[in-house]
Amino acid sequence: MAVAEGGVKPGKASFLYDARIRAIIYQVVMAGAVVIFFAWLTMNTLDNLEARGIASGFEFLNHPAGFGVPFSLIEYSEASPYKTVFILGVLNTLFVSAVGVVLATLLGFTLGVMRLSRNYLISRIAAIYLETFRNIPLLLQILFWYIGVLQLMPQQRSSIIILENVYVNNRGIFYPALQAEPGFMAVPIAFLVGLVATIILRGWVKRRRDATGQGFPTIWVGLGLIFGLPILAALVTGLPWTWSIPRLQGFGFKGGSVIVPEFLALLLALTIYTAAFIGEIVRAGIQAVSHGQTEAAHALGIKPGTTLRLVIIPQAMRIIIPPLISQYLNLVKNSSLAPAIGYPEMTQVWAGTVLNQSGQALECIAMVMGTYCIISLSISGVMNWYNARVALVGR
Amino acid sequence: MKNTAILALGVGAAMFATAAYAGTVDDIKKRGELICGVTTGLAGFAAPNDKGEWAGFDVDICRAVAAGVLGDSSKVKFVPTTGKSRFPTLQSGEVDMLSRNTTWTFDRDVKLGFEFAGVNFYDGQGFMVRKDLGVKSALELDGATVCVATGSTTELNLGDYFRANNMKYVPVVFEKSDEIRAGYIAGRCDAYTTDRSGLAAQRSQMPNPDAHVVLPEVISKEPLGPLVRHGDNQWGDVVRWTLNVLVIAEEKGLTAANVESMKSSTGDPEVKRLLGLEGEYGARLGLPNDWALNIIKQVGNYGESYERNIGPNTPIGLARGVNGPWNKGGILYSPPFR
Ligand SMILES: N[C@@H](CCC(=O)N[C@@H](CS)C(=O)NCC(=O)O)C(=O)O
Repeated sequence: MAVAEGGVKPGKASFLYDARIRAIIYQVVMAGAVVIFFAWLTMNTLDNLEARGIASGFEFLNHPAGFGVPFSLIEYSEASPYKTVFILGVLNTLFVSAVGVVLATLLGFTLGVMRLSRNYLISRIAAIYLETFRNIPLLLQILFWYIGVLQLMPQQRSSIIILENVYVNNRGIFYPALQAEPGFMAVPIAFLVGLVATIILRGWVKRRRDATGQGFPTIWVGLGLIFGLPILAALVTGLPWTWSIPRLQGFGFKGGSVIVPEFLALLLALTIYTAAFIGEIVRAGIQAVSHGQTEAAHALGIKPGTTLRLVIIPQAMRIIIPPLISQYLNLVKNSSLAPAIGYPEMTQVWAGTVLNQSGQALECIAMVMGTYCIISLSISGVMNWYNARVALVGR
Repeated sequence: MKNTAILALGVGAAMFATAAYAGTVDDIKKRGELICGVTTGLAGFAAPNDKGEWAGFDVDICRAVAAGVLGDSSKVKFVPTTGKSRFPTLQSGEVDMLSRNTTWTFDRDVKLGFEFAGVNFYDGQGFMVRKDLGVKSALELDGATVCVATGSTTELNLGDYFRANNMKYVPVVFEKSDEIRAGYIAGRCDAYTTDRSGLAAQRSQMPNPDAHVVLPEVISKEPLGPLVRHGDNQWGDVVRWTLNVLVIAEEKGLTAANVESMKSSTGDPEVKRLLGLEGEYGARLGLPNDWALNIIKQVGNYGESYERNIGPNTPIGLARGVNGPWNKGGILYSPPFR
């Protein structure tokens, strides 16, 4: 490289001897080959589909789907077009993944901290949990919860009543559903206001602490804001909702809402399995923070709880986050085991049912792969941004 | 997971293959065995027997084809497919043919690039419920939870039927017959819907078959038959005429036991053509001239296979009904063998 400018006499040596130009040529040739390969692949695929008389294209997205789906977050009927099924599938993937990520994180952090407890019993329990659930294949765990637990729940007529109007049986968990009445929007708005106020408060507390060292019970005040404001709003607007209560009638429960066993089994298995890995990551992260830090904090008279929260965890997070991202990605991708129990997420409804009914395998598989790719990249994007924020800034 | 792999295979095959589909018969001869896609297990139609060999009404079609092409009905490799994996499995060339209670529809024939060789069982979709529910008609199923196989015509008919009758239902979808049966037995759903032959087969596998009834309504036409890929007409002809041979054999009274003696005694010109005594019918399919003889000798005629696997004297207990010869009140009717 360095030779290029001074060493070569213009016009004498061939431009092929210029390393930079050579590098560019290589890359153009390489890129060209890749483009040609994919062009050939596409043409060949289309030719083959044509030769076999297999339909192709995306026109089918507008055709009516015709089949029913057991669980949907959006308006759906058999008359809806295939593209609605796709959105339904993506939303169901995101739904089970989002709930799974939150629960697995909470459970995983708890387990990680428990594992390091000085109380023998607590750390043993955590250790047994981690070793067990990390080592049993996820598919088996899904089937275990579905066939071994949820299908064995009592029939509807002999449901277990866990709370007033909350029924558990082999069709799922039935619970009262809230039905909004005019004025209800005040409640979620108050919730958001509380949330934003808490975030601003936190910033202020941190600045003040950095400047003066004074503490502030942020958690309690924050909780008060986030939950107190909506409660206040509800009281002021005169409780603007009614409850729809599940009642046994005809073939089963009418009214209320239901969490279906297919969702529950997948969620339980994903949460419990992933939490085991997160637990190990958290334990490793905490252990990696030098013990000197704890001793120093104690020497300064900082309470153990505060030490954990303000000294250990922030440093451990730097180690925890990168592998944590992988676990989140795994959880999303593992949700594609859903076809085993028929939870209608992307793989089940799109790469399964629709692929079969429409016969457009190539289009369906490409759409599913593309969507998983986008979801995964988005998660790592967000987590990398967060990681960059908490990462140690080199000085 | 396996299914995903098969799907990927199907997609990959479409992407990389260079179009060349003729010569399935030659491929089978070279390979020495037929590769036949069947169900993952449906009593009477396709399931491993107590010796671990695949047996059943749909399996017999595969065996008949192997007997015709290879002269040996045991030279078949069976590939279990689910309602969902069956079509990619056939499209990708992983199997030579499918014989697994698959309904002949326009879309499958035209849009998926398949060719149905005929119908080996005329069926229709029905509902099964537990007797103690007290339900007497499918029209009483408003609000019911219904177990159904994904990727089937069944789930589409189910949607149509409930919409047409202004009723609501909650589907619970599974992929394999075993899973559906387990879900239904566990009480996950109030009703189980599939082809009525499938219901009979499934009921025979339940702990207490008499505790369940199949409701009287037949909500669709389900002509079930074997199918192959588009593009190899010779191969399509072989499978079509294998099926026809089974039907003609019953019509002519040829059985596994008597076909050899009929061969020497018959005066019926069609039987002579069929058994290779006159003309070169086998050769025109690229097969030995005694191909039909081998089929009948090794597998029996349509009626024999029916009685052995799914007839009234089996646990499945299906009466012949429309699946009888055309001259005995049924609608089985083969074009003439000439
Ligand atoms: N005839 C219908 C339904 C066929 C069907 O799904 N049959 C069930 C059993 S009755 C089945 O094959 N299940 C998959 C398996 O377990 O192999 C179709 O062709 O779509």
